[in-house]
Amino acid sequence: MIEINRVSKWYGDFQVLTECSTRVAKGEVVVVCGPSGSGKSTLIKTVNGLETFQGGEVIVDGQSLRGKQTNLSRLRSKVGMVFQHFELFPHLSILGNLSLAQIKVLGRSEKEAAANGLVLLERVGLTAHADKYPLQLSGGQQQRVAIARALSMDPVAMLFDEPTSALDPEMVNEVLDVMIKLARGGMTMMCVTHEMGFAKKVADRVVFMDKGVIVEDEDKDEFFAHPKSSRAREFLSKVLQN
Amino acid sequence: MIQISWHDILSALPALWRGAIVSLQITLVALIVGIILGCLLALLRLSSSKPLAMVATAYVTIFRSIPLVMVLLWFYLIAPQFLKALLHLPPNIDVRLASAFVAFSLFEAAYYAEIIRAGIQSVGRGQLNAGLALGLSYLQTVQFVILPQAIRVVTPLLVTQAIILLQDTSLVYVIGLADFFRMAVNIGDRDGTTIDMILFVGACYFAVCGILSAIVKLLQAKTSR
Amino acid sequence: MSYQWDWGILFSPVATGEGSTYFDWLLSGFTVTLVLTLCTWVGATVIGVTLGVFRTVPNPACTVATSTYVAIFRNVPLIVQLFTWYFVVPEILPSAAGDWLKSFSPFNQFFACSLVCLSLFTSARICEQVRSAIDAIPVGQYNAGLAIGLTRFQVYRHVLLPVGFRIIVPPLTSEFVSVSKNSAVASTIGLAELSAQAQHLVDYTAHSYEAFIAVTAGYMIINLLTIILMRQVEKAVRIPGYLGAKG
Repeated sequence: MIEINRVSKWYGDFQVLTECSTRVAKGEVVVVCGPSGSGKSTLIKTVNGLETFQGGEVIVDGQSLRGKQTNLSRLRSKVGMVFQHFELFPHLSILGNLSLAQIKVLGRSEKEAAANGLVLLERVGLTAHADKYPLQLSGGQQQRVAIARALSMDPVAMLFDEPTSALDPEMVNEVLDVMIKLARGGMTMMCVTHEMGFAKKVADRVVFMDKGVIVEDEDKDEFFAHPKSSRAREFLSKVLQN
Repeated sequence: MIQISWHDILSALPALWRGAIVSLQITLVALIVGIILGCLLALLRLSSSKPLAMVATAYVTIFRSIPLVMVLLWFYLIAPQFLKALLHLPPNIDVRLASAFVAFSLFEAAYYAEIIRAGIQSVGRGQLNAGLALGLSYLQTVQFVILPQAIRVVTPLLVTQAIILLQDTSLVYVIGLADFFRMAVNIGDRDGTTIDMILFVGACYFAVCGILSAIVKLLQAKTSR
Repeated sequence: MSYQWDWGILFSPVATGEGSTYFDWLLSGFTVTLVLTLCTWVGATVIGVTLGVFRTVPNPACTVATSTYVAIFRNVPLIVQLFTWYFVVPEILPSAAGDWLKSFSPFNQFFACSLVCLSLFTSARICEQVRSAIDAIPVGQYNAGLAIGLTRFQVYRHVLLPVGFRIIVPPLTSEFVSVSKNSAVASTIGLAELSAQAQHLVDYTAHSYEAFIAVTAGYMIINLLTIILMRQVEKAVRIPGYLGAKG
């Protein structure tokens, strides 16, 4: 479903990604972790083209991101993304947030979009808040709406960029629960996260990055039991303490 | 001390009102065209196309570094040749009014562009990314996500700039156009009532702009809650 | 277009037989604008800063007085204020003062009038900027100053004003640039400043475009010099690591 082949990226003279290669098969859940500055956010943003790259190739659902025929908007609509800071649109109601892209990109009618939105709100447990505005909701609630908004486009894969890092501790679980349900339902997911508990529960593979390079890429059980590199071991010891 | 002759002021009111209409016309035209053009310039300045960004930046920088008096004189100078030909205006239109419309619109656009650009930049890249990630095109994201938020944020500044514009229309004095102020001065010269006219005009501007400023403050108090 | 460009016209002798060139006229106008601008900077800053400080003092009388001052000067157009100073004020003053003013040479009358008008107009705007700058300083700074035993006056003098001065440099820069642009309004009461010279040149030569371009360039030069000067000031007073001071 998602193929990342030897992707390299430079900001001016500084190389942020060096020959990164990995893949996410349909239905797979891959967790990307690593210390800050390792380039994991940048890497995941290359998958839906929010970050450009100079070397290598990214192929999503059979389409190359650099292909001349590729319609970037159409491709993005097929891949959902959830951001660290939720990024709900504050000037639109919750239902409005869920309907905007359905109407403008998928061409659905307002009624259809709203009905679909309500179904998704039910999935994340927030039907009562349909007519509220984002700033009236807590962080955890906003992030669950953000997940629903990404799902409203019927994506074939979901990308998560540190979805719980900006949340107060007591709200992290309500978001992780939604993500676990999604994973168990068979969604193809690529998650940048520090939440190793989540990784242990539902991840199929773990990718460990450091300084723009993919250092480890293996089965979850392998990774947690026998990390191959010292950097990964160091990282795990720090993270699993909490 | 001075004696204010209310009788003279009252008798001058019809003419003064005609002048006030001119002031309001210029304000309205410059406001509407200025904001539309300003939005365009702001987006061009922020666009990834270097030549377009440079053109927009040059425009804004130039208009913000020359006195409005000079801009008015410029357009009054070149108006006869260009405006009538370009805009196909009827030959009996007052060239001064037409040149004032153009001068103020282009001048204000530079100021609105900066206000709107600051507003757009305050919205933050995350919102742009969120819109693009959903599959909206850049223009759709700007139209439905960025601009509504940007305009909401800078509305008090836009209104404040409009109040400044209303006051600036009095500078059409330098091209002899009979707006509210020039009309008052003309009447004062004609009737020898200069002092009454100037004080009356000052009081009117003070009242109108004072009320508008108070409204802006209320607006700001409401939105900051 | 049948317009004949002739940049040499700027350097030819004037038609009035004075013996100076048109460029001399432009230079004289440029000088008048420059001097008016500099004097206004001084006057407006002194008055504006004083008023700005008073505006922040928690005394109702001070607040009302300074707010009213600011409201008057911000809600009346500059040209109306100028005409008021030139036509109305000499009549309101006691006859001795009025006669003294009228004994000035015409040029000095125009200049003095423009200077007073422009200074007070700008001072109201600087007052508001000083107020914002002082308000931007967290109240904890003020409290800390009091806590170590400084009087209110000393806290202003040693804590608030020095920091406020750094914060105010950017808005003050744009205000100073505005002064030279606003000075053009003085041409309406007869001051022979730069924009007035543009109109003189148009009257005496048929070459309006060259004259206007030269004058416009003159204003842009003044603005550029202002911005460069203020940038040096900003560098000189920068506080290392402070929020506004980016490397």
